[in-house]
Amino acid sequence: MKYIDEYRDAAAARKLAAAIARTVTRPWNLMEVCGGQTHAILRFGLDEMLPPQLALIHGPGCPVCVTPIEILDRAVAIAARPGVIFCSFGDMLRVPGSTKDLLSVKAAGGDVRIVYSPMDAVALARNHPDRQVVFFAIGFETTAPANAMAVAQAAKLGLANFSVLVSLVLVPPAIVAVLESPASRVHGFLAAGHVTTITGLDPYRPIAEKYHVPIVATGFEPLDILEGVLLCVRQLEAGRAEVQNQYARSVRPEGNRPAMRQVAEVFRVVPRKWRGIGEIAASGLGLREEYAAFDAETRFAVGQIVADEPAECIAGAVLQGHRKPSDCPAFGVRCTPDRPLGAPMVSAEGACAAYFRYRRRRE
Amino acid sequence: MPDNRPEDFALSCPVPLADQNTVQLAHGGGGRMMRALIEAKFLAAFGQAGPPHDSAILQIETARLAFTTDSFVVHPLFFPGGDIGRLAVYGTVNDLAMAGARPLALSAGFILEEGLPLETLDRVVASMRDAARLSGVRIVTGDTKVVDRGKGDGVFINTAGIGLVPPGVDISPARVVPGDVVLLSGDLGRHGMAVLSVREGLGFEGSLASDCEPLAGLVEALLAGCPPAGPGAVHCLRDLTRGGLAAALCEIAEDARVGIELDEAAIPVSEPVAGACELLGLDPLYVANEGRLVAMVAPAAAGHALEVLRRHPAAHGPAIVGRVVAEHAGTVEVRGLLGGGRILDLLSGEQMPRIC
Repeated sequence: MKYIDEYRDAAAARKLAAAIARTVTRPWNLMEVCGGQTHAILRFGLDEMLPPQLALIHGPGCPVCVTPIEILDRAVAIAARPGVIFCSFGDMLRVPGSTKDLLSVKAAGGDVRIVYSPMDAVALARNHPDRQVVFFAIGFETTAPANAMAVAQAAKLGLANFSVLVSLVLVPPAIVAVLESPASRVHGFLAAGHVTTITGLDPYRPIAEKYHVPIVATGFEPLDILEGVLLCVRQLEAGRAEVQNQYARSVRPEGNRPAMRQVAEVFRVVPRKWRGIGEIAASGLGLREEYAAFDAETRFAVGQIVADEPAECIAGAVLQGHRKPSDCPAFGVRCTPDRPLGAPMVSAEGACAAYFRYRRRRE
Repeated sequence: MPDNRPEDFALSCPVPLADQNTVQLAHGGGGRMMRALIEAKFLAAFGQAGPPHDSAILQIETARLAFTTDSFVVHPLFFPGGDIGRLAVYGTVNDLAMAGARPLALSAGFILEEGLPLETLDRVVASMRDAARLSGVRIVTGDTKVVDRGKGDGVFINTAGIGLVPPGVDISPARVVPGDVVLLSGDLGRHGMAVLSVREGLGFEGSLASDCEPLAGLVEALLAGCPPAGPGAVHCLRDLTRGGLAAALCEIAEDARVGIELDEAAIPVSEPVAGACELLGLDPLYVANEGRLVAMVAPAAAGHALEVLRRHPAAHGPAIVGRVVAEHAGTVEVRGLLGGGRILDLLSGEQMPRIC
């Protein structure tokens, strides 16, 4: 398949792995930020191609995993109401809140639907004027523009029966939180290519400078990731700490300006809770005053639903890269995708699910 | 990472165990949840007649009859490459064929929703008639029920079938042994992606059609054409339906207590299916098929078997995709494109498209 096969070529991968091995002279820990990258690493066995001094640490870039439990409880409360059509990306349906998940709301008669784009939810709202249509707006900078467009479109159409339950988060503040954590062992980052396609590279430059860490915007195919690793270790070995772009076929340094304008028109930066990590200042997006009418939390009065997670949960340590999923005694025993104890075991982008799917026997 | 292990580590995760008191869609997804439901509810109550297989084998005096049933609830009723009528015939014909049986007769039970246009029913019935003719079976008995509008999805169909297992044929997961070669009859994922595309309005359907097709002729040719070892050289057959190649092989590995090793580079996936799967974050190894089978064949017969498949019109780019091993009994491992190995596991329910 064009644009895929050439980035999965075994000979080219071995060449890159050899170049990495020649470059590395001492131990380094690199964090791949995005859960999509974590899955590619495990699926293709990329970590096994790297020299032993080089450790890949899995980062917090799984939108399902970092969505806090109280937002899930609010989603469940809204979805269970009669007259509501609750729309979500499929991955979110299986993540349990405090007592139940969206799939069990559906099984109990709630109208919960999987959509592929927030614009599908806007279309549902137009076609069902007698129903309240709510879209579960989760994700990072990548999903924010489409969410913003949906809200702006609903405003333009004057759709009084459309609203969004927002839990959008931003990557750079999470990287800072990882670096500020006393347990941090990360020497360099592979930033998520899709996120930087939207935001460009500028938000990462102050971080690279302040914490003296190289940050390489990296794609998701095996050769992308290996090349990202090579660029990162070259910088580390040379004592450099710059922002570099491995994923130039998608990422422009200035990002996608129209997408960012759309986001800025609808959303503002707010503090957000991250599941397993806690609240991070200025780490998420919320609706601007002008669009507050589309806020499902206010419309359905669920803002008071709060739930706290135990601070010692290993999911937090996994999401910050302090621990590996296989370090957990429950992993694969009491915690499986059928009966997850933590969100990273649920999501297609979660680190625990990746280890379970690809590594269970050998770990 | 022992150097950073906190001293006070205690397991306390934020999510409680989800207690399921109700049936979930995933219980019908062809994954682990469905298997668990069948074992805990149905096998517990009804007992198990023989090794788990696509058909039960009944010894009646000197004849061995294969007996199976399947229900069809597909939405939409018509999709590129097929419709619910064809699926209902081929599904049961294929389950009989996977026991090595020559299909003899089918029953057809219809659950119709009040308000269904009779023209739609005509199309479904005509399609079943043609499919039965093509498969060489007759539909000999049936049943009709009508439910209130809103309590069905147009048409639900159940078919059951019987077939005759020829002498010398013994096909069962219990016969799979280390050394067996794993053959696949064609490319993966066409049915699942074609249905998903029309159901969700994804717009791939121009290039994607279901693979739904009867496999009884192919199986007959395979059993006849496997000399020098004879039809006994075909140890196990499984048609790939819900859960795809992955589910079929995981079940066989578990039931036969063997390991299976697959070579990802050898597994045929067409460009449109691969592209649609990439876009949605789905793995074609788990996507549904309706006209593909895997065969576990004794190594001495593998070359002949592949040749038979290559010459048969119901096989589409057949390939040897792996082998059965004594190691890691119960699990399927895939050697990836870059040489690394990974586990191919039963999913909990169905695959969900990714978020970004």
